[in-house]
Amino acid sequence: MKKLLSDFKCGDRGVVVSVKGEGRIRRRLFDMGVTPGAELTMRKKAPLGDPIEINLRGYELTLRKEEAGCVEVETL
Amino acid sequence: MKTFALAGNPNCGKTTLFNALTGSTAHVGNWPGVTVDKREGIYKSSKIKINIVDLPGIYSLSPYTPEEIISRNYILNEAPDGIINIVDATNLERNLYLTTQLLEMDVPMIVALNMLDEVEKVGDSIDVKALEEKLGVPVVAISALKSKGIKELMDRATALPKTRVGYTVLSERLKESIATAKAFYEKENAKSPLFHAIKLLENDELELACGGVEGPLDLISKDIDYEAEIADGRYKYISEKLSKVKVKSGKNIITKSDKIDRVLTHKIWAIPIFLVILLAVFHLTFSENLLFLNGFTDNQAWMPTLVELGLASETDGVIEYNNFGVEVLAALYDGAVYSPGVILTNFLNLFLDHISDGVITLMENGAAAEWATGLVGDGILGGIFAVLGFLPQILVLFMFFSILEDSGYMARIAFVLDRIFRKFGLSGRAFMPMIMGFGCSVPAAINTRTLSDEKERTATIRVIPFFSCGAKLPILTAVAGGIVTAFGVGNADLITYGMYLLGICTAVLCVLLMRNTSLRGETPPFIMELPSYHLPRFKNLMLHLWDKAKHFVKKAFTIIFASTVIIWLLSHLSWNWRYLSDIEMQQSILASVGMFIQPLFTPLGFGSQLGKFGWVFAVAAVTGLVAKENVIATFTTLAICVGAYAGTGTEGGVEELAGLINLIAVDSGVSQAAFISALISFIAYNMLTVPCFAACATAKAELPKGKFKFTLIFWLAASYITAAMIYTVGAWWWTVFIWLTAVSAIVVLIVLRNIGKFDMLSLFSKNKKGDKLK
Repeated sequence: MKKLLSDFKCGDRGVVVSVKGEGRIRRRLFDMGVTPGAELTMRKKAPLGDPIEINLRGYELTLRKEEAGCVEVETL
Repeated sequence: MKTFALAGNPNCGKTTLFNALTGSTAHVGNWPGVTVDKREGIYKSSKIKINIVDLPGIYSLSPYTPEEIISRNYILNEAPDGIINIVDATNLERNLYLTTQLLEMDVPMIVALNMLDEVEKVGDSIDVKALEEKLGVPVVAISALKSKGIKELMDRATALPKTRVGYTVLSERLKESIATAKAFYEKENAKSPLFHAIKLLENDELELACGGVEGPLDLISKDIDYEAEIADGRYKYISEKLSKVKVKSGKNIITKSDKIDRVLTHKIWAIPIFLVILLAVFHLTFSENLLFLNGFTDNQAWMPTLVELGLASETDGVIEYNNFGVEVLAALYDGAVYSPGVILTNFLNLFLDHISDGVITLMENGAAAEWATGLVGDGILGGIFAVLGFLPQILVLFMFFSILEDSGYMARIAFVLDRIFRKFGLSGRAFMPMIMGFGCSVPAAINTRTLSDEKERTATIRVIPFFSCGAKLPILTAVAGGIVTAFGVGNADLITYGMYLLGICTAVLCVLLMRNTSLRGETPPFIMELPSYHLPRFKNLMLHLWDKAKHFVKKAFTIIFASTVIIWLLSHLSWNWRYLSDIEMQQSILASVGMFIQPLFTPLGFGSQLGKFGWVFAVAAVTGLVAKENVIATFTTLAICVGAYAGTGTEGGVEELAGLINLIAVDSGVSQAAFISALISFIAYNMLTVPCFAACATAKAELPKGKFKFTLIFWLAASYITAAMIYTVGAWWWTVFIWLTAVSAIVVLIVLRNIGKFDMLSLFSKNKKGDKLK
């Protein structure tokens, strides 16, 4: 099932399908390894609900829900 | 001498490797035009010397952060003899992403595979030989921390061939487009044509900005999303090759970082824990009651002071220690145990006082003129030592914050607090420098280097002084105490807390204002690595602090030195160049300047309406520019010389101020309400205005080029407007409606402009707008 990364719950896993968004954010997401085909796990939300922490390519990445909304993920 | 550039991701051990390679030869500067650290040092071996340039830590070579642009331009334009690409073995995939980009440049290169021992500890392994074959450049396993493999790394680095032709790991599908673009750059005789070609395909801003690229862009196929395809291609290549190089043990271990994170970023406990850590840092740096031996509020006096113990005697407020041993003890304990920050300050002051006493005695014995002794003792030495006196606490505070940064905790704080800060157009990272401002603006401004967005950084540096620093606290307590003593109304503690709050509110409002006007821009994205926790390295920490200390001392002896001497001269010379002792300061050039500029402060309440003694306030505001401690020092001196207070002075200056307030109240006949408002407006003005010379010098160095002038104007405007608001509303309550109308009008204008309904430029000329809103 396809979902936006921003709708993920803690512990959800998935594979990136596509990355949208404005040039700079998209570029940054790509550079940090959020590319189509990358497998990721949602780790946790910050105490105030945003930003979120994901694990991908063997490291921890944090991003805001707003930016996570640019990432479409196929859930596993 | 050969030059090698050190390139790699943040947190990959680059600093440790750099320190291991260069040791004490390293020096730090800034890259031209930007405030990103430029670190260079020399590697010495039996055979040769090599110059090592440490490039900023980067994830990619995209043109979006100053660090990435610097690294890219350095490698392309400065043509180092080789790149040492340091790769964190525990995070191989993302680290190699940068490697695949560096491979495309026509520059000799070697990979230093760091922290392989960590990988092996959890049972995984990496085939270094195989990695070397796949990448086509030498790979050497090292441990930067244990200084292992460094010699082999440098031996192989020096043996690198003089040239290398870049190659790409990208797939067949892109080959044709790459070849087309590359042919164009080859024709232009560009260095590293392959690198430029691929960046052009990625719609890279820097490449598009160069002329003549439309030609090749027209030739390439349009139906590929190059940006996605290229990033994807790199990662695909890495994961395919990796599957053969890296052997996973299959064990899924919950790492130490995970365990720590469960506590430190806990849903409920994260914020309380953070507040406790923050309090602890400030307590260890600034507290004069470290172990709460003296009670939890002021002066419960559970423990005896040195005087009470009979180790020292007190006459007229001056404490005489029985011997040198007691003097040393007084640096550690006097009725309460001091914090490390205070102890270091005390020791430094002890040392500096003895030097200054020695010099003065020497001059007096040598029958030097009184003015010369005054100039050297009070002016030159006093000025420099006053600034140097900050150094221990600045360094201690800086050390704690470096530990938080290096350990990885700072990134978590940003993670936890980002939600709040985004509302003001900042990211969670901006929190740290702001909170450091409560200690001292100098390390706070330096700490803004962790902010990647230039506008965010400028806005943060500008509001840092509003977080009232340690040196401004005496102004708050003395004036608040003076109000309570003189008028018998209010509560000094409440006034002090209120002023702190005012500073924070002003900062928030100013950030909002700037982010909506002169520093408009999108909220910087927050896509950040949360590095694994690790213990900070002692050697790195000390080298880091040493750099900071060196910079600060250099400044103390140049700009700050010059400014203190000038202020001293102005306050001790009359117009006919006669030397004046402290008591005669009333006749000094500074005093007449104070009287001259006094009307400027009339809208703030402490100008002409305070009558013939009102100039004291103007002078205090001016001397505060050197160091905020001077404000109260000036008051106490001047209170005595205008005859407002007869005595030898008390600690904190409350009595002197109360005397001064009473004298002025009788002399000028201002109403009580107006005078109290004026005094509170005076605190607000001093708190928000141009900070001390040390802070200004740091802000100038840290701000982007050309922003300092407007920052000065901004500080003056912010403090002047806030103070005027406080005074007028306090003295005539109905003026609150005028202020509200003005503020709402400005807000409406800004909103209208920002949604494009109204052109502000038609009302103001460009410059005028800048003055008002920057």
